[in-house]
Amino acid sequence: MSIGIQTAAYIAASVLFILSLGGLSGQESAKRAVWYGISGMAIAVLATILGPGVGLSVILIIMLVVGAVVGTLLAQRVEMTGMPQLVAALHSFVGLAAVLIGLNSDMTAHEFATNAEKIIHEVEIFLGVFIGAVTFTGSIIAYGKLSGHIGGKALILSGRHIFNILMVLGSFVLMIMYMKGAGSWTLYLTTLMAFVIGAHLVMAIGGADMPVVVSMLNSYSGWAAAATGFLLGNDLLIVTGALVGSSGAILSYIMCKAMNRQFLSVILGGFGNASGPAMVVEGEQVAIDAEGVAAALNDADSVIIVPGYGMAVAQAQSAVSELTRKLRAAGKNVRFAIHPVAGRLPGHMNVLLAEAKVPYDIVLEMDEINDDFHETDVVIVIGSNDIVNPAAQEDPNSPIAGMPVLEVWKAKQVFVSKRGQGTGYSGIENPLFYKENTRMYYGDAKQSVNGLLPKLA
Amino acid sequence: MFIGSPRERLEGEARVAMTPDSATQLQKLGYQCAIETGAGKLAGFSDDAYRAVGVTIVDSVEALFASVDVIAKVRPPEPSDTARLSSSKTLISLFYPAQNKELLEQAKATGANVIAMDMVPRISRAQKMDALSSMANIAGYRAVIEAGNNFGRFFTGQVTAAGKIPPAKVLVIGAGVAGLAAVGTSVSLGAITYAFDVRPEVAEQIESMGAEFVFLDFKEQQQDGAATGGYASPSSPEFREAQLKKFREIAPDIDIVVSTALIPGRDAPKLWLADMVAAMKPGSVVVDLAAERGGNCDLTVPDQKIVSENGVTVIGYTDFPSRMAAQASTLYSTNIRHMMTDLTPKKDGVLVHNMEDDVIRGATVAFQGEITYPPPPPKIQAIAAQKRQEKPKELTPAERHAAEASAFKSATQQQDSLLVVGGILMALIGAYAPSAFMGHFIVFALACFVGFQVIWGVSHSLHTPLMAVTNAISGIIIIGALLQITAGGWLVTALAAVSVAIATINIVGGFMVTRRMLNMFQKS
Repeated sequence: MSIGIQTAAYIAASVLFILSLGGLSGQESAKRAVWYGISGMAIAVLATILGPGVGLSVILIIMLVVGAVVGTLLAQRVEMTGMPQLVAALHSFVGLAAVLIGLNSDMTAHEFATNAEKIIHEVEIFLGVFIGAVTFTGSIIAYGKLSGHIGGKALILSGRHIFNILMVLGSFVLMIMYMKGAGSWTLYLTTLMAFVIGAHLVMAIGGADMPVVVSMLNSYSGWAAAATGFLLGNDLLIVTGALVGSSGAILSYIMCKAMNRQFLSVILGGFGNASGPAMVVEGEQVAIDAEGVAAALNDADSVIIVPGYGMAVAQAQSAVSELTRKLRAAGKNVRFAIHPVAGRLPGHMNVLLAEAKVPYDIVLEMDEINDDFHETDVVIVIGSNDIVNPAAQEDPNSPIAGMPVLEVWKAKQVFVSKRGQGTGYSGIENPLFYKENTRMYYGDAKQSVNGLLPKLA
Repeated sequence: MFIGSPRERLEGEARVAMTPDSATQLQKLGYQCAIETGAGKLAGFSDDAYRAVGVTIVDSVEALFASVDVIAKVRPPEPSDTARLSSSKTLISLFYPAQNKELLEQAKATGANVIAMDMVPRISRAQKMDALSSMANIAGYRAVIEAGNNFGRFFTGQVTAAGKIPPAKVLVIGAGVAGLAAVGTSVSLGAITYAFDVRPEVAEQIESMGAEFVFLDFKEQQQDGAATGGYASPSSPEFREAQLKKFREIAPDIDIVVSTALIPGRDAPKLWLADMVAAMKPGSVVVDLAAERGGNCDLTVPDQKIVSENGVTVIGYTDFPSRMAAQASTLYSTNIRHMMTDLTPKKDGVLVHNMEDDVIRGATVAFQGEITYPPPPPKIQAIAAQKRQEKPKELTPAERHAAEASAFKSATQQQDSLLVVGGILMALIGAYAPSAFMGHFIVFALACFVGFQVIWGVSHSLHTPLMAVTNAISGIIIIGALLQITAGGWLVTALAAVSVAIATINIVGGFMVTRRMLNMFQKS
């Protein structure tokens, strides 16, 4: 295959990738979009293998088969509640591949026409390795946190900012030394330092900020691919990397916006400090039993369910789906309200509900449904806390003041399914639980919802 | 233990304190139930209906009092009833201890424990046994129905072949439980409904029921209901004047007035004066739910329906709940049953009179030969004090326009400066970097741009599939590894081979999991 045809194939692949991402604008077109992506990838890989300089060797076939088998197993085995971990794990692979390719490139001899080209090539190696390494360890730590192997709490070392800055500066100095011909050890040392930076960055970020971290790592994995593309002078890699990179960046931006926080403050870890004493919450949390909730549901015409990470933890999505089915069969208007940062991954709740066969046209975004709460009879909050916290609007001193929240308290009645009394991840008291129209339905989310089912008319 | 209800002796009282339904529930608590023969007849519950659920029918009131441990009644006991009490018995009924001091003394003397259903504190936990609220709810509903019965026109407006019918205009004064029930009923019958209350915080409740809050332009802030346990407090003379002025202004327009204004422990305030009645159209109706306490309307005669000189009907009935005896009995008996649930913590049919419990303490007016009225204030405040909320200032069109213009301007400026900075950066890079690099750089910049444009269109609900698919696509790094696999020594080949394997995992895993997810999304 000539270079010309290969380039043509790469253009086709780029176009297919763009169509594939663009197709995700709707549920139906998305099903087609995946096939665009798959064919784009197939064209790209085939064109590369058949192109000049690469042959179909035995090793290559073995590696492709091994990768495909492992990938298939992963994709089939994963639980939908485990999606965040899987996504994080896949990010780490891209990071590692970028590191390996960068190191390889250093080992391979190159000839350069001008000095400028040499400098650029060396900067590219460093950038590719650095971003790849940060992505790799960052994703591994994220995987550990999301799967529960590592505690979810933020690890806050004193002087951590200075530590990070020193490491970055150190890497920069090493890059200069490398370009002056100090040898490959500078690159290896930089790789190690980038590994530490990646791990340390993610360690400092707590559980509920994970959606931002995962989308940020998504972005990094794209930039790593783009950097590799520059390194190898391959436009397809550059295009694809840039697409993925900007996708992750936008997701991070949306998440931060939904939490009313600065991207930097999320990434640098720790939680914002309150600017004054928090509003004192008055009243009592009133508990209710399954019969009370069921009676209210039987009487209600419109119901909105607000799921959160707690639903994923308790694996309650099927029970919730069954509840929805029963209520809908009784002619009630049942809808779901999804906050952008609900769960541990952007869009996590949508996938969980889809898995449990909740039709997607009753699953609505915050902006679509927030104005409807005041004419809703019953709201059920399942395993979410901060995203329904009225303090964000009422208490200017609250750490989450200004964060857009679902205004569930405007409904006639709110039931909160919660494990027990106590504050959520952020440690902020939630005045919702004390409101007059709120009843607390304590217990494990799955058992609680299952307990409701037989009592519904 | 035995729990029983006598037939109500008071003239016109049709309610009963135990229904077959509530008896079933009480039996679940471990009690045995008894009822005087004919007690439920006026409310539509026959002796047979009681017998069917295992309630013992007792022939006379004497026998009933003698055989049961807990007596559940609706009306306060007659002196003859109190005479039948003893220290081993508990009486649960409406009691109005403030008005019935003498009766309370008598009850105390017998040593019986007396729980007054009208003294249940107004806290969230006690709502299920708040008999006053249940009865007020019925009264509010019935008041509108009664008004409709005496009103010669439709509530709802209609355009018919025989002509246009204007909708009735209803004013509800006092938006407590009864007032809100009246508002709800009136709105659902199709009338244009206005409501007034001195407590500003109920405006939202009124509006949520579909009525219009009659807004009083008055500087002084009325005391928040939270301070007085959710009830209204007396208003200043100036406020009252402003209020009456407003009523006078709207009186000629109003077809039906339902007044429910009461202040605890006082006579009902006079709010609908004779001149307002005179200003109303003939055929209009005033229903005064405060008649028992003197009435809100000057013309009200308790327990009677009168017609004013100009043909306005003024209804002063005091027994609205009793006029809907079946509904009232059902609700009241459920209140009693909830009270018994709290009094029977172990559900073993043994009454535990726990005076530490806020609700039980508050409702108990006589305990072991002592008068325990008035109760100490409850430990928990009834309603969390409400912060006065500043209404966001309404922007004038001009201001809004200016705000939009300035927002647009700053956005433009931001974009312009970004473009300039970006342009300068590009120029700098272009000045030094070799042309091969610039070629790639153009591709990179354009791809970023396309990426941003495309991703903004992705639906929020598909963000997880988006991440999975970008994951798969970023496996494109496999191409880098492919190019290197034959490029150098064994170490390079080995590392490249590892890269190929893991990138393949990414590609295959990413695409497959995306497909799996997308297939799950179903339309209803």
